Amino acid sequence: MGTGYPIIEAVDLGKRFGSFTAVDNVSFRVEQGEFFGLLGPNGAGKTSIIRMMYGFSPLSSGSMKVFDLDISSGWRIIRSRIGVCQQENTLDPDLSVENNLLVFAGYYRMSRKKAVQRTSDLLDFFALNHKRKAQVSQLSGGMARRLMLARSLINEPSLVILDEPTTGLDPQSRHQVWDKLRDLRSRGLTLVLTTHYMEEAANLCHRLIIMDKGRILVQGSPDELIREYAGTSIVEVENPGPDIISFIREKNIRHEELVNRLIVYTDDPDSLGRVIRERFCPKKCIFRNGTLEDVFLRLTGRELRE
Amino acid sequence: MKNFNLSLLFLPVWKRNLIVYRRIWKVNFLVPLFEPLFYLAAFGVGLSGLIGDVVYSGQELGYIRFIAPALLATAIMFNAFFETTYASFVRMYYQKTFDAMLSTPLSLEEVITAEIVWGATKSMLASAIILTVISVFGFVSYPWGLMVIPMAFAGGLAFGSVGMYFTGITPSIDMFNLPIFLFVTPLFLFSGTFFPVSGLPVWGQYLAALSPLYHLVELTRLLTMGRIESNPLFSLSYLLVFALVFYFLSIRAMRKRLIK
Repeated sequence: MGTGYPIIEAVDLGKRFGSFTAVDNVSFRVEQGEFFGLLGPNGAGKTSIIRMMYGFSPLSSGSMKVFDLDISSGWRIIRSRIGVCQQENTLDPDLSVENNLLVFAGYYRMSRKKAVQRTSDLLDFFALNHKRKAQVSQLSGGMARRLMLARSLINEPSLVILDEPTTGLDPQSRHQVWDKLRDLRSRGLTLVLTTHYMEEAANLCHRLIIMDKGRILVQGSPDELIREYAGTSIVEVENPGPDIISFIREKNIRHEELVNRLIVYTDDPDSLGRVIRERFCPKKCIFRNGTLEDVFLRLTGRELRE
Repeated sequence: MKNFNLSLLFLPVWKRNLIVYRRIWKVNFLVPLFEPLFYLAAFGVGLSGLIGDVVYSGQELGYIRFIAPALLATAIMFNAFFETTYASFVRMYYQKTFDAMLSTPLSLEEVITAEIVWGATKSMLASAIILTVISVFGFVSYPWGLMVIPMAFAGGLAFGSVGMYFTGITPSIDMFNLPIFLFVTPLFLFSGTFFPVSGLPVWGQYLAALSPLYHLVELTRLLTMGRIESNPLFSLSYLLVFALVFYFLSIRAMRKRLIK
């Protein structure tokens, strides 16, 4: 968990593209050793924030400090101490797997000897050793992602920024990536993650923020947010009859009425759950724990984006 | 230009391109080796019988001898220009290579400078091969002929920079047809490459003097056979200023394109 020493400090961060505001006065802080999540629907401003973090996009307003250095003046030092795993595959298809790492090490002015050592360590760690001579185009999606991760660690960064690292991966590959990220987390690395998978954020992040339309809606640990915004327990009723709807409304219980579906949020699963089961659930009711996905959908709404 | 960040860190990016080039170096060497032979065969054997001699700088020259230095100059142009247009565009747009580089301590200026310097390096390599080929025919006088190689680097910077500028402003890769049709092809044909500029009407001579390729052709003629029609110092200065202007324009265009 965080040690209290700030690695990233964003104050009143703003990013505008012409008249469109992508990031609107956002302030947050990431501490050393923290695994920090940045969640939000498409267009929430996550990638804009990430790009400002590594000094790719200039800020429109506010300030961003990384390692206590201002990003606009200290970008070169900052970038030498961070690793970035971008959303898109930016591996070099003209180079072999091994050369992707070796050439990248050159951009950090790493000595040849150290680069060779780092490359071989990282290929081992990410189980890519058997592919070291392969071309990038011969890698599967999961292997390419692991190589992206390996490349972001080539300079032994103290902070790693991960922009949707598991998007498009099959479950096996995704779990493998999670295992590696947990391993990095346990080594005390500071990590920043954006993702669309709430399960991923809940599993990995110590603390996270949920954003929408360029603003922060909430921040906290996954458990805190679930407790506060979803309740520990949830009942989903399919094709609810008018009687249960009026019952829930009458009792003033937190709920959502969707098409053909009713979602009831509660902290009191035993008594309320039993009542629903006995009185209203002849057919299909699902009793489950509250998740980060419930929090996310409640806060950001269910309409499609873009 | 505010905050111009250029350090020797452009060298690892240049080296990245060299590593890729070396992987298929045999193919990369074939083009400059055989292309001048094709031209010499077509023009030397085919055309020169029809044309006879040309008068250049007050001297009668065999046609094939006249065009041999121009082959050097056009290869310098093509190598750098195609590298920083099509090849750089692919790296920038399709392969996202620049995006990856810009998450490391590299600056935009270093990445773009490396691309242009790499284009100039390819011009230099091609010129060395072509120089060898036309030397076999006895069209190069030494030791001055060796100066073609550094000259190729300077010419490569000029055409690499202008190519990179087009890469910065072109919306899609197909649109490179436009600068090729409007810029490269006219230069290729009207820069004293296949006929002496002194044979053109005065307005045509002025137009040709604007062409960076004209000045490069003049300089390669001076270095390979000791004769020149233009003022060599002016031609060299023109090339260097051209390179410098388009270098800064290309950095500005790429900054506008990439940094959002």
